[in-house]
Amino acid sequence: MSGFTVNQPGLLSLLHDRGRYGVHNLGLTTGGPLDSLAFDWANRLLGNDINATCLEISFGGLSLEAETETSFVITGAQAPCKLNGQSIPLWQTQDIQRGDKLEIGFTSAGTRCYLAVRGGFDIAPSFGSSSTVLREKIGGINGDKLQAGDHLPCSGNKLLAHCRLAEKDQPVYGDSARLRVVLGYQQAAFGPLQRWRFFSSEYRLSERCDRMGFRLEGETVHSDMVSMLSEGICHGAIQIPADGQPIVLMNDRQTIGGYPKIGAVIRMDTARLAQLSPGSRVNFEEISIEQAHNLHCLEQARFRRTPVQPC
Amino acid sequence: MRIEIAGQNAFIVYFAEQTSAAVSAQIQAAVSSILATMQDSIVDLVPSYASLLVIFDLDRSDHFAVRQKLRAALTDLDSVDAAAGELVTLPVYYSIESGPDLEIIAERGNISVDEVIAIHQQQEYRVYAIGFAPGFAYLGEVDERIAAPRLATPRQKVPRGAVAIADRQTAVYPAVSPGGWNLIGLCPTRMFDPAADPSMPVRVGDRIRFSAINRDEFLAQGGEL
Repeated sequence: MSGFTVNQPGLLSLLHDRGRYGVHNLGLTTGGPLDSLAFDWANRLLGNDINATCLEISFGGLSLEAETETSFVITGAQAPCKLNGQSIPLWQTQDIQRGDKLEIGFTSAGTRCYLAVRGGFDIAPSFGSSSTVLREKIGGINGDKLQAGDHLPCSGNKLLAHCRLAEKDQPVYGDSARLRVVLGYQQAAFGPLQRWRFFSSEYRLSERCDRMGFRLEGETVHSDMVSMLSEGICHGAIQIPADGQPIVLMNDRQTIGGYPKIGAVIRMDTARLAQLSPGSRVNFEEISIEQAHNLHCLEQARFRRTPVQPC
Repeated sequence: MRIEIAGQNAFIVYFAEQTSAAVSAQIQAAVSSILATMQDSIVDLVPSYASLLVIFDLDRSDHFAVRQKLRAALTDLDSVDAAAGELVTLPVYYSIESGPDLEIIAERGNISVDEVIAIHQQQEYRVYAIGFAPGFAYLGEVDERIAAPRLATPRQKVPRGAVAIADRQTAVYPAVSPGGWNLIGLCPTRMFDPAADPSMPVRVGDRIRFSAINRDEFLAQGGEL
C-alpha cells in the first residue's frame, strides 16, 4: 500500500478537507481546517484540488515514515521540520523517498501546521467530507485523531518542478491579533456601554480553547437577554454567556445553541485566532458587512495573484 | 418576520418570539422555498424553534444578493406547499430499570409513574430542531404535569436511546454522551446511523408519537440494557 506510516501521532493531528457542508440539518458540524489560508496554500503549492485532504497538526510532535515516493509541503506555524534528520524549510515543496522519515517538531510561532502530499491523502468521505470531528466520531480514520501505527494512504505522484512561497508572502504568526467583527444576532441586546467595553478591551486566550470554541478572558460584557430560544450558530459567532466572557465559536461548534451572540468574527481573522496560544492578546474591531465582503474579495484576489517561486 | 445578519456569510430569520406548531410549519415552508429558489448560493440551513439560519457561499454570492433573494423566497409562505411533516412512531421501553428518573418526575407532578408514562404517550410532538449532537432531535412540548428541570449535576454517561425530558422538551439520545436531562425510558430505534440512508428516522417538522413496548420487545428490536 502506498502512503505513510505514523510513528508518532503528535498531540492532535487530524485529517481535513475544507469541511462538511449541507448536513447541519442532521446536527453535523462543519469541521475543516482552522487556518484555511495555510491549508489552501499547502494544496496550491502542490497543484492539488482545493479540497484535497491534508493533515492539520496542532502543536506539532508528528513523525511519519514514507512507504512511497511522493512530493509534499508543510505550511502554517513555525516548527522545526526534518527529513531524515536534515532541517527542511516550510512553504516549499519537496520530494520524499520510500523509507524516509519526516518529523515535525513542536510549534514555536503559531500552533497549526498543515502537511499536504501531492494528490492529497486518500480518505473516504463520510457525509461528503473527509474532515475529522472527534466529538462526532466522523471523518478521517475511524473518526479519530492520528494514532501511532496508522496508515495514511496516498498515491505516489511526484511533482516535475518544485516551488515555494516567498518569505515576504508568508503569514507571520505572533502572540496577538485584532479580530474584525460583523455585528449580528442579539447585538441590539448589548447596550452602548457594553459594546464599548467589548470593543475597547483587551482579552487573553484562556487555556480552554479547542476546535469547538476559543474562550477569552478579560472585561465582562453583559446583554439584556434573560433567556432565549436555541438557534443556529454560524462560524466565528461570538457567544457571551452569563459569566460575561466571550467565546469565539470555531469549526467544530455545535450547530445550535441558546446563548446571546454579539456578532461574528470574519473567517480570515478566525484563521489568525486559531494560530494563537493560550495567554495571547486579542481585541475586537467592528466592521460593516460591506467591509467584510471587500476584505474577503481582496484576500481571495491576493491568494490567486501571489505568484509561487520556482526553486 | 425579521432578517438579521448573523455573520459575514450568514443571515438569521426570526419568525416569532416564541415557538408553536404554526411557527414551525412556517419555518418548514421557508426551508422548502429557499431550497427551491436559492440552491446555487446556499451551503447550509439550520431550522430551529423560531428561527432559520441561512449560510451562504461567499465565493458564489454576496450578502446584498442573498438578502434580496431571501426576501423574495420568504414572501407569501402561506402558499408554499410545505412538507406537512411525517408521523413517526418511536417505541419506548418505559420502566424504572430503563428510566431512572421516572419516580422523580412522578413525585414532582404528584402523579404515579404509570401516569407519567401514559401522559408522555398521549400526544404528538413536533421536531423543532436538530442539533447539540448528530441526530439529537428536540421535541416539544410535553404536558406540564411531566415537565422537569435539568438535573443539577449532569450524568457523565447517558446511554444511547435514552428517552428524556428537560423542561417542556423531550428527546431520544442518539449516542452515548454526557447529559443533564431526566431519563424515563429507552428507545431501540437508532436516531443517528451514519451507515443508514437516511441516517435519521426523523426530520425537523416531523410529528412524533411514542408507544410503549415491554422489555422483551425492546430486546427483540435490538435494544441493549
